[in-house]
Amino acid sequence: MSFKENLINGTNFDHKSLNALQKVTLRAVVVSFLFYGLVAIEGMIMRLVVTGDANPLPDMFSHPDHYFSIMTVHPIVGIFGSTYQLVFAAFMFLVPFLTKKPLYSVKLANWVWGLITGGTILAWLAAFFWQYAPLYTLYWPLPADTAQFSAIGGIVFIIGVALIMLGTFGFIYNIYATIFQKVGVHANKTTKELLISGFAIDGMLNLWHKLRGKQPYSKEPALALPVVAIFRGTVDTFLDAIVILSAGVLVLVYLLFDLGGSPLDVASIDALLYKNYFWWGLDLVADGLVLIYVAGSWYLLATLITGQKLFMENVARAALMLELLVSWMVWSHHLLADQGQPEMMKLISGEMVTAFELLTQGLALFITLVTLWKARPLKMTMELKYLLGGLVGFGLAVPAAIIQADMGMNRVLHNTQWIIGAHVHIALIVGLYMTLYSAVYVLWPIVTNNTKLYSSKLSNTHFWLHLIGGIGMGAFMGMAGLDGMLRRHLYVDGEFNTFMILAAISGSMILLAWVLFLANIILSVGIKGLIGIFLPSEDKTASYGIEPEVVAENHKV
Amino acid sequence: MTFSNSAELLSFHWVAYSIYSALIISVIAWFGYNLTRKEKAKSIVRIPFYSYIAFLVAGGVGHHIFTYNTIPWVSQDITRHNITPDALYTFEMENQKWIGLPKNRIIVECGQTIGFDVHSRDLVYGFGLFRQDGSLVMQMQVNPGTDVNGILDSNDILWTFNHNGVFDLRSTEYSGPRAYGEHGEDLLLVKEFMEVVGCKKDGGKK
Repeated sequence: MSFKENLINGTNFDHKSLNALQKVTLRAVVVSFLFYGLVAIEGMIMRLVVTGDANPLPDMFSHPDHYFSIMTVHPIVGIFGSTYQLVFAAFMFLVPFLTKKPLYSVKLANWVWGLITGGTILAWLAAFFWQYAPLYTLYWPLPADTAQFSAIGGIVFIIGVALIMLGTFGFIYNIYATIFQKVGVHANKTTKELLISGFAIDGMLNLWHKLRGKQPYSKEPALALPVVAIFRGTVDTFLDAIVILSAGVLVLVYLLFDLGGSPLDVASIDALLYKNYFWWGLDLVADGLVLIYVAGSWYLLATLITGQKLFMENVARAALMLELLVSWMVWSHHLLADQGQPEMMKLISGEMVTAFELLTQGLALFITLVTLWKARPLKMTMELKYLLGGLVGFGLAVPAAIIQADMGMNRVLHNTQWIIGAHVHIALIVGLYMTLYSAVYVLWPIVTNNTKLYSSKLSNTHFWLHLIGGIGMGAFMGMAGLDGMLRRHLYVDGEFNTFMILAAISGSMILLAWVLFLANIILSVGIKGLIGIFLPSEDKTASYGIEPEVVAENHKV
Repeated sequence: MTFSNSAELLSFHWVAYSIYSALIISVIAWFGYNLTRKEKAKSIVRIPFYSYIAFLVAGGVGHHIFTYNTIPWVSQDITRHNITPDALYTFEMENQKWIGLPKNRIIVECGQTIGFDVHSRDLVYGFGLFRQDGSLVMQMQVNPGTDVNGILDSNDILWTFNHNGVFDLRSTEYSGPRAYGEHGEDLLLVKEFMEVVGCKKDGGKK
């Protein structure tokens, strides 16, 4: 088949053969990876700006208004437009797939990706046209500072974020409504049984019974472990959405009053209290949602790759319950440099409880590795490669987080490039995205009805470029941080340009990796197929791989 | 073992974390290689599950115990309200400007403990001292706010200087694009804000 033929028609992809669930999943995945490309380009722009004289970009990018507008939308597009979108799509496919039940509503799933996409675009436009740039931290009262920013720009930005959060609520509703549907294998389960399993209490009770020499509380838990992780992580997703949405409403009220000519007093809101509230919610994305979703994804991937049961499943379930409590109590590690923050909160929440994440994530890493090890010899498939890459990412990023969540270290690391490079970017680009790529490769034949990938060489090149580029960029940013380079700062004199040039080279590897990945996908599904994904599905089935009677049963409901 | 300044600590951290990084990447690479081999890999070391858990707990908690005992500013920070500094400098920030900074460069004698109390009248800023090579001496956040009597909230830090040097002052927190000039120059940068004198070459009083 010629290149042109592949470009137009793909390999053997037939979008007409896809059902409603497969199509809605692929729509979100496509948009997610487009946003990913935008984020990579934004990242490269920022990286090049701080290389000083070596910066090949036009002067406009070095202008503070422009530079910080990009810095503001970079995480919004990356976290919400790309990551949320991809994770939500995968989970709205996986929950029906794993529970052998139909998705509660495909229509709602379509609204989810639509709202998140629309909201992300609005937030991006607010930064592009009005240069609204309070950064993602939204430290009070900066987002309501109309002396620096356009109130209209702020309103557009907040509406964008609010739409993303509404999409998030749609996802949450869809997930829980699917889990609690009394159809198929859950036809005879009570809500209480599903709740106990969802919160992983059965895992804890099984461990307790084992210690007391009694029979297990539940030999066949109502929900599979990855579904428990999704259930648990979604609790944090909900709380986090509430916090972000309420902070957005607060900013919106101030901006509207300002536009109306009667500005409110920003001093009425205590900046430190607001910081605590906002970080509590924001941290649920990182320490709750990401770590729990990731642990669940590792368990799922390990079992799918090996075809074997998860090692120490009850311990894994119990650890997810522990992570619930841990994730709610660790936000103070973001406030170790705030001298008004009570010392006890710094010590207990910021240091001690945060240290538990080493335990919970270390446990997830251990269980995943042993599950793989017990099934050896394994073929080094793309999904296995990416899973190992994901383990490396979190193996690097989590200890980095524990190191900086310390009163002594934080004094010299807070707000430096170390935090955003060695911790955040390694966690996201290497840890999270490589896990997600593994899931993409596992789900690819299922979601696309066994479409042949255009090139395994492209897949391999993508893997190595992404892995080396991701670790390299994080490492060089981290080294610059140790040399004193701040993370939310504009450097135009090339003060740290050696590390920044190296980080830019690594970043360009990530960008190239994305181009190759995208090319591989487009050449596999073809442009016709890509457009077809967004056309209505003829097959309205909202499930995959389950008996027709379960679907019929659901339709009766 | 005690770190006398942040440069020593960061050098130690650089080496320790680099070794760890090389180790974890090697372990996963070794693991990945052996996953595909038909012949059984020989274990280099067998780590029982509970020993691994104990190691994680010890690592998480031990790290803080280690830093508390080796980094002098941790305990000083916690007990700072009971310590009388050798000198105290109080100033404010508003509209992306420092207000009330000393007119002349601050001169600090080696070993002196200096207090900085910074107040913000509008936004969240940062307070950070930097060496001439750009490396960070220390930093803190500067939050705005007042108490019930309308007195500006304190953002205070104590620091003992054990090494000679000339330090620049920067805001370490973003306070909007107006903190920069048209071409990106940092308007909150105060060059050669303070100088520490009288220390031995390797640090410590003469």
